[in-house]
Amino acid sequence: MIARGKNSLLIGAALMLVILLIAPHLFYPVFLMKVLCFALFACAFNLLLGYVGLLSFGHAAFFGSAGYITAHMVKALDFNPVAGILCGVVVSSLLGLVIGWLAIRRSGIYFAMITLGFAQVIYFLSLQLKFTGGEDGIQGVPRGTLFGLVDLTDTMSMYYFVMVIFLCGFWLIYRTINSPFGQVLKAIRENEPRARSLGYDTDRFKLMAFVISAALSGLAGGTKSLVFQLASLTDVNWHMSGEVVLMTLLGGMGTIFGPAIGALLVVTLNNYLAGFGSWVTIIIGAIFVTCVLAFRRGIVGEILEKVRTWPTRGKG
Amino acid sequence: MAKKRLLTAIVTGLALVMAVSAASAAGLSDGVLKVGVMTDMSGAYSDLCGPGSVVAAQMAIDDFGGKVLGKKIELVSVDHQNKPDIAANKAREWFDTEKVDVITDLPTSSAALAVMEVANQKNKITLISTGASTKITNDNCNATNVHWTYDTYALAVGTGKAVVANGGDTWFFITADYAFGHSLENDTAAVVKASGGKVVGDVKAPFPNTDFSSFLMQAQASGAKIIGLANAGADTINSIKQAKEFGITQNQTLAGLLIFITDINSLGLDTAQGMVLTTGFYWDRNDETRAWSKRFRERHKNMPTMGQAGVYSSLMHYFSAVEKAGTDDSAAVMAAMKSMPINDMFAKNGYIRDDGRMVHDMYLVQVKKPAESKGPWDYYKVLRTIPGDEAYMSLDSSTCKLVKK
Amino acid sequence: MMIQVFGVPIQALLGQLLIGLINGSFYAILSLGLAIIFGLLNIINFTHGAQYMLGAFAAWMSLTYLGVNYWVGLILAPLIVGAFGILMERLMLRRLYHLDHLYGLLLTFGLALVLEGVFRQLYGVSGLSYTIPDIFQGGVNLGFMFLPYYRAWVIVASLTVCFATWFVIERTKLGAYLRAATENPELLQAFGVNVPLMITLTFGYGVALAGFAGVLAAPIYQVTPVMGSNLIIVVFAVVVIGGMGSILGSIVTGIALGLIEGMTKVFYPEASGVVVFVIMALVLLLRPAGLFGREK
Repeated sequence: MIARGKNSLLIGAALMLVILLIAPHLFYPVFLMKVLCFALFACAFNLLLGYVGLLSFGHAAFFGSAGYITAHMVKALDFNPVAGILCGVVVSSLLGLVIGWLAIRRSGIYFAMITLGFAQVIYFLSLQLKFTGGEDGIQGVPRGTLFGLVDLTDTMSMYYFVMVIFLCGFWLIYRTINSPFGQVLKAIRENEPRARSLGYDTDRFKLMAFVISAALSGLAGGTKSLVFQLASLTDVNWHMSGEVVLMTLLGGMGTIFGPAIGALLVVTLNNYLAGFGSWVTIIIGAIFVTCVLAFRRGIVGEILEKVRTWPTRGKG
Repeated sequence: MAKKRLLTAIVTGLALVMAVSAASAAGLSDGVLKVGVMTDMSGAYSDLCGPGSVVAAQMAIDDFGGKVLGKKIELVSVDHQNKPDIAANKAREWFDTEKVDVITDLPTSSAALAVMEVANQKNKITLISTGASTKITNDNCNATNVHWTYDTYALAVGTGKAVVANGGDTWFFITADYAFGHSLENDTAAVVKASGGKVVGDVKAPFPNTDFSSFLMQAQASGAKIIGLANAGADTINSIKQAKEFGITQNQTLAGLLIFITDINSLGLDTAQGMVLTTGFYWDRNDETRAWSKRFRERHKNMPTMGQAGVYSSLMHYFSAVEKAGTDDSAAVMAAMKSMPINDMFAKNGYIRDDGRMVHDMYLVQVKKPAESKGPWDYYKVLRTIPGDEAYMSLDSSTCKLVKK
Repeated sequence: MMIQVFGVPIQALLGQLLIGLINGSFYAILSLGLAIIFGLLNIINFTHGAQYMLGAFAAWMSLTYLGVNYWVGLILAPLIVGAFGILMERLMLRRLYHLDHLYGLLLTFGLALVLEGVFRQLYGVSGLSYTIPDIFQGGVNLGFMFLPYYRAWVIVASLTVCFATWFVIERTKLGAYLRAATENPELLQAFGVNVPLMITLTFGYGVALAGFAGVLAAPIYQVTPVMGSNLIIVVFAVVVIGGMGSILGSIVTGIALGLIEGMTKVFYPEASGVVVFVIMALVLLLRPAGLFGREK
């Protein structure tokens, strides 16, 4: 069972790599980069929702603020892209530490509302602070060169740069989930009092998971601001927090590849419906409702379930 | 086996999704001149530009004969939802994969600035009509952009100066607390002071906001004769309505700094009467404007706003420039646009400066009383024509890097 | 600029407090609805903002299409919105009771998006006007401020509804059943009370409260599809601050925060959009369960 799980994971990973390498030759690379950034964001979010069972409704705060910090560092202070992204990650981790420390005092629905409230504060700050450029955002962010060697203004180089970041983030999430630390997280998700009675300081574990999730969301947000050369309010708005919940739910929370697939679908949908005004909102809302009512495992979750029950049915 | 089939299924599914997404990315079009109208189709500004701007653009194409240099002119449009990221993203896609040659309208300064930047990188032209910020032709100016219809400075000058001249010499500002509101307030405050007036106070209201009563009462307590509304869209409409509700308009006068004719239409003359404002276009000014506006209204339910009229005018000028230059190369077309004066129903002897500003006359108008209005859309009395060189910021104080001093 | 002085004229302050009270009564009525629903269903109703918007639209539509006046609208709109809530509970929420409460939050979030999107598609965002009913035209000069009659009516109407609701729940037999259902639904069911029906009706009532607030708001603000979506987040913060434990708590917190926000608009207007969230953070630090909450 375990060997088989590992096998299919390996196949999945290999497939993903192949697709990622070929894709930019077939499709519009900027679109693919957007998908990758959101996929990483959703995977980071899934670490919290899928593996600890905490629903944050304020993850846009980390995604967006890292975008602002990266953009500011690169544009105003001439940081190189990697250093800029790292600054973004540091800031989003610190934010995650503060917000997480306050929010994990409550659980369930309260946790969701509290994270939403704090994300609103970050939104107001993003609108007010001088360096964020208010509603204009930070525009014309230079992509720069990677270690003085690779010119990132070239779309293909940028694509592979984003791909590497995505894979690193993805690998990190995978490692976290499959480490002893990840096992404790799952134990907390299943039964927190029991985990506590086994001697685990569950609050500390929850906080660490929250910070890791915030940091990786920041990684995605910082990268996105370089791809689009723009950091804007959209990324800190609470609709963004809702969207990442949807990506995870649609793809399958608590699965490794699910959120990435969810992100691909939602971004595609957004791109195609962008010209049709409010239809985006209506359809996204409808998908939400459908997922919750009929489809709670998400796409990958349902497929895995089918695979799991397939042989038994075959034998019977 | 099952597993393999499943994987194949997943991959095929993925490929399908991606194929669908790439489908519209194809369709190269070098044999045509492609005009992109990027606007707010469903949001707060959709009435004052939006579908009406698309209509105006189509009218320009039709009036030009649908062809330039023997090539067909095509129109595409998109809803940028007033978000700079969506706007920049879509512009990049248009230039990269659909060979769009020029983008017009661009309401919401932040989105306009973002698109200008992308267009300049790709060496394409932008003709901004509904976007308002003076940054477009100052700090962020570039050589491939023209700012056509108006800017916040022109509105501030027109309204501020006239109001002070009429005795409204003490001002209180209710300002939307974001960059656009601040710049509108600063521009106007400077004009008020220069004209001999005094600013007695201001209050920064969070943005967006629905309840202005607290800020209106602060304005009332200040005793200023004029309450300047440095905000836009729904914020402006709500503050005007509530000012009437709290009886503030009995002793103090409101000065809306960014108001379109469609806003007046939704407020109603009863609420809006007496307000003084500045506009770049009014349909009922002369036979030429009336004739064009009548044709516009036949295609679109409302009378044209200045933004929509500007879209038409800017495209007509652009097409003529392409014809004159004999190419759609951006540098050549920009040179041709700058070399020709603009004379149409929108502007008389308008010209484009180095910073991209199209300089033309503006109009100071007052909203009619219900009794004075002869029918729908008969809303304004033109008080004064403000000569272009007075209305727009002089190049001496420009911060645009293209301006040689 | 007289306001920046610390010795703010007491009259100006009174005026601002009164305005704070008006906004506070909207918060109170909305957080009361959320609290009732949460108490019985353990669901945070994310659709509450959209239902507030629905109430305003229902009033506007009944005026525009049916020519129905304000008073009828004030009764009709909450009924329509409440009926919508009942349908929603019967058809959708009911299927989620056996699951984690988070699914309820997600479902209502999705529904809120659908509602908002549909109305945006139909009516655009720029907003529709609902004229103040004739008998409330004008206002009274209180000396320290001009109080429009309609605003005074908003305070009276919402506080009346809030305290009537509190009275019914805390002081009547029906309320006793409700409270019992919150504590131990199985036991109550065993006594022969139809608990599922009670849950449905309670949900309908909570939602109708949002609709009622929407009708009250219609003449003051533009009726727009997005009018509820920003408000609801503030109300969530109000709910976190008050804690979900008590009906009275949610009313009091709502009014208090309206007043505090009103004061912020005078002394530091830039912060008036965030002050509620800052208070939320403080309350979480000092009293994680909220001011009136009990740790569950």
